Amino acid sequence: MMTQSNSRGAIWLEKLAPNAPRMSGLCPSVQVADGELNGESVRFIAVVPDANNHYPRAVKGEVGLLEGWTLAKVVNETIDADANSDVKRPIIAVIDVPSQAYGRREEAFGIHQALAGAAGAYAKARLAGHPVIGLIVGKAMSGAFLAHGYQANRLIAFNDQGVLVHAMGKDSAARITLRTVEALEKLAATIPPMAYDVSNYATLGLLSDLLNISNPDAPTDADLAQVLIILQQSVRDARLDPSLKNRLGAENRRSSALVRERMRASW
Amino acid sequence: MRNDRSFIELRARERAHALLDEGSYRELLDPFEGIMSPWLPQQGVVPQSDDGMVVARGTINGQSAVVIAIEGTFQGGSMGEVSGAKMAAALELAAEDNRNGIPTQAVLCLETGGVRLQEANLGLAAIADIHAAIVDLRRYTPVVGIVAGTVGCFGGMSIAAALCSYLIVTREARLGLNGPQVIEQEAGIEEYDSRDRPFIWSMTGGEIRAESGLVDALVGDGINAVKAAMNDAIAKGVPAQDRSDKYEEYLARLTQFDTRQQADTAQIKQLFAREVK
Repeated sequence: MMTQSNSRGAIWLEKLAPNAPRMSGLCPSVQVADGELNGESVRFIAVVPDANNHYPRAVKGEVGLLEGWTLAKVVNETIDADANSDVKRPIIAVIDVPSQAYGRREEAFGIHQALAGAAGAYAKARLAGHPVIGLIVGKAMSGAFLAHGYQANRLIAFNDQGVLVHAMGKDSAARITLRTVEALEKLAATIPPMAYDVSNYATLGLLSDLLNISNPDAPTDADLAQVLIILQQSVRDARLDPSLKNRLGAENRRSSALVRERMRASW
Repeated sequence: MRNDRSFIELRARERAHALLDEGSYRELLDPFEGIMSPWLPQQGVVPQSDDGMVVARGTINGQSAVVIAIEGTFQGGSMGEVSGAKMAAALELAAEDNRNGIPTQAVLCLETGGVRLQEANLGLAAIADIHAAIVDLRRYTPVVGIVAGTVGCFGGMSIAAALCSYLIVTREARLGLNGPQVIEQEAGIEEYDSRDRPFIWSMTGGEIRAESGLVDALVGDGINAVKAAMNDAIAKGVPAQDRSDKYEEYLARLTQFDTRQQADTAQIKQLFAREVK
C-alpha cells in the first residue's frame, strides 16, 4: 500500500523544500511547505496518504472531503496574505493523487462541494496574479486532478510509467462503457484522449513541459536541478498570462480552438 | 400544478427557449454549423450535430444573457471535447463582455454524467476550462445553475455546479461527485448499492441537497417555477461569499463529525443542521 514514506508527492515535497517545516493546523493528508525558487518565496502544496485519515475512504492519498476543503483554506489564505503585495507568491501544486475519495459519507456530505472549494481557490489564485504551477510527479486522476492541479497556469509532468492522467480508473471505465478492461486498453491505445500514459496525454497540448527524470522515486540532485530550472521558467511564463489559453495549441485539441473561434465570431 | 408545464420534460433547446425572454432566442454553433465530435465516429458511436450542447444568446428580463443547456439524452449529457468547449467558450466570452462593461448574465442547465469516457482526457480538460470560466465570470454577475433532472449532475460537472453562484434543483434532480455504479465498483456494494434507488435519492437527491444547504432553491417541476427561482437568484446579485469559499464552516463541521458510523439521512441532517460558529 502507498504510504506517506513512498508517496511521490511526499518525496518531491521534501526534495523541493528541504527541511522546511510543514504548515500546522491542517489535516495530515494536506502538506504545505514554503521554499525558495530563484531567491523568491514559493508555497508548495501536496496531498499525501494518511493511514489514520478521519474519513476512512481517503487513506491512500485520495482527495476527499477534508482534503478538498483544506486545499481551499490554504490557497485562499495565501491569496489573502498577498492581497496587498504587488508581486504574488508562486503556488506549486505537487501532484500525485490516485483519485477522489469514493464513499457513502463522501457523497452524503458533499464531496463535490469540497472539490469545488479547492478548484475554485486555485482558479482565484491564478486570477489574482499568483503563478500557479502543477507538477505532476505521479497520478493525476479525474476529480482529484480537477481539485489539485488542473487550474494551474502551467502543467509540467514527468515522462515516466508511474505518471497517469485520466478521467476514470480502468476498472470503472470498463464497467461504465460496457467493455472488458482488455478491450478498453486496446481501444485506449489508438485514441489519444483515452490513453492512460503520459506520452499520449502530452499530444493533447495540455502540458507545457514533459521531463525525463532519471529516478522519480528517489530523485538525484541532477533530477532536482532539472525540475527547479523548469519551475523557474514556468513561474516567469505564468506571470505573463493568467489564462489557460496556452493549452489550446495542439493538433489533437484543434476542435477546442475551432469552437472558440466560431463562438467568438457569432457571439 | 397543471397550470405550469413540466420543465423536466423539455429538451435542452426548449429549456433555453423557456428561460430566455420570448422572441430573443438566438442559438450559437447550432446543428447547421456541424461542429461534431471528431472522436466518436472512430469508436463506432454516431455523433450529433450539436454534440449535445445548446448555447443560446438572448435576454432575460430585457438584459443580455446566455443560456447554456446540456442535452441529457445524447450520450447521457456527457462532456466531450466539442460540447465542453462550447460551454467553456460561451462562459469565457460572457466574462469578457462583463469586463468590457457589457453586463451579460449566464444560466446553465446541467444534465450530465460528467466526462464522456470516449473522449476522456479532453472531456476532463474541457471541464477544467469550465471551472476556470465560472470562477472568472461569477466575480461580475451571478452564474445560475439549474439541475432539473432526470439525468442529474455528476463527475467534474458536479464541481462546476458547486462553483455556481446559485443552484436550483427539483426533486427529480440528483447532484453528486461520483455516480453510484462507480462508487460500488471502487468501494463495494456494502458502501454503496447502486441498484437501491431510494437509498441513492436519500443521499444525493434534490430534496436532501436543499435540506443540507448545498443548493439554494428546491422548486416544483414547472417552467414558471424554475423561471421564478432563476429570477430570484439573478435579483440577489453576486453573493457576499460563494459557497465554494466557505471552507471554515465546512471544515469545522466535517472535522468534528464522528465517522465511526456509516452515513444515513439522520447523520446528513445532523452534520448540516447545527450552526457552527
